[in-house]
Amino acid sequence: MSSGEKYLAAVYLVVLATVLVYVAIISAKLARLEREVTALAERARETRG
Amino acid sequence: MAVAAAVVLVAGVALALLWAPEDADQGPSQRIFYVHVPIALTAYACFGWGAWKALRLLWTGDQRYDLESYTAVHMGTIFGTLTLVTGSIWARTSWGVWWSWGERQLVLFLILFLFYAAYFMLRFSLPDGPGRARISAVYALFGVVLIPISFLAIRLAENFIHPIVFTRDGPQMSGDMFFTFCVCLAGMVLLAGTLYLNELAGKRLDLRLRELREALELG
Amino acid sequence: MTYARDVAALARKDLLLELRARETLPAMVLFVLATLVAFRFALPADASERASVGLLWVAILFTALLGITRAFIPEREQRVLDGLVLSPVDRSAIWLGKVVATLAFLGAAELVALPAFGLFFESVTWSTVAAVALADVGICAVGAILAAMAAAGRARELLFPLLFLPLSLPILVGGVGAAVGGDPVRYLAFLALYDGVFAILAWASFEYVVTE
Repeated sequence: MSSGEKYLAAVYLVVLATVLVYVAIISAKLARLEREVTALAERARETRG
Repeated sequence: MAVAAAVVLVAGVALALLWAPEDADQGPSQRIFYVHVPIALTAYACFGWGAWKALRLLWTGDQRYDLESYTAVHMGTIFGTLTLVTGSIWARTSWGVWWSWGERQLVLFLILFLFYAAYFMLRFSLPDGPGRARISAVYALFGVVLIPISFLAIRLAENFIHPIVFTRDGPQMSGDMFFTFCVCLAGMVLLAGTLYLNELAGKRLDLRLRELREALELG
Repeated sequence: MTYARDVAALARKDLLLELRARETLPAMVLFVLATLVAFRFALPADASERASVGLLWVAILFTALLGITRAFIPEREQRVLDGLVLSPVDRSAIWLGKVVATLAFLGAAELVALPAFGLFFESVTWSTVAAVALADVGICAVGAILAAMAAAGRARELLFPLLFLPLSLPILVGGVGAAVGGDPVRYLAFLALYDGVFAILAWASFEYVVTE
């Protein structure tokens, strides 16, 4: 690969990596939210029952 | 929107890498243009969107615009940082330096990066509530005004900071290149939109969960 | 026009307080002088004349930071601000009053700084003086509202420079360009544009910053 092509690949990879990291962060947040919802639902059931 | 984003983006990348004609002077690294400039334009769009939402917040007082404005600014900052990184890599391949003060886009985004980074510092230092929403909104408006003013300033500054020695592809691209560019631009905007909606949903959920928890605690 | 009277009263309050306390202005004057001297030492002897103009502007910006911080950030000022917000005064008049007062302080400091610069470095051209005058308006207008924003949160003294410096970069360009660039009028016009645009924005949005 010529050096020009290497930098080209670097740019696309950087963008791809950023998007993937971002998606990972959002997924982790979603997982946390899900856990909290489950915990809250538990608490609600206890308070009621 | 996510599906549309995926389709357009993949098409754009394919076009950019395989189909678009090769630039005679710069060779393969010219294709970076199809990534760098759409990202830059998308960043501007995000900041503009954030400022619009900020204006709506100040106008109506409806608090839900706060999260929308904040998320938009967040998106803009991410894309802005990407602009700086991709622009720097492009500078390295074109001219052999990692940074150039003669490159207007780069300098503009550096100023904007400093400005919007301070946005987050401001937000984190303020206590939660409508006051923070309002102040953030005003700051976002200042940001969007700063964009054209900084651009003017950079153009004026070129006389004494760093004379432009290098030129870049302008709108005088061939038709094929332009088409590829448009597809990539559309792809980037859709990507930003998708990420924006996702992040916004996450933040809203977070907020409602917190309210629910407080309600349960008291009730 | 009660608006104008309010602004005048507010500005006069700040000026009178300063006249009695004599804290901010001497500090600003000393600071700008010390900064200029420091720059003199920091520059190598054969540095270009043009570089020194840039340093003048940096000195002015930092001195302005000092003055504006004093106008908004201390606890006492915060309580005064809260009181003013509760009063029937138009909120934007608070901003304008602060701008006028800060302009006075900054202008006074520059009355010392510019001759000192002429003495230490090189003579001051008319375009520099005009640029400083124009830039002052922008600095104070933008600084006043940003200081109010910073003061609303924690770590205000740290936050204010962070907020102020990116917005001050165009002022820097305008100011240095007016002294150094070939055609000062273009840079002066740009400074005027900056002033107009940001002053209007700050004037219109100040009330949203201080309302709780």
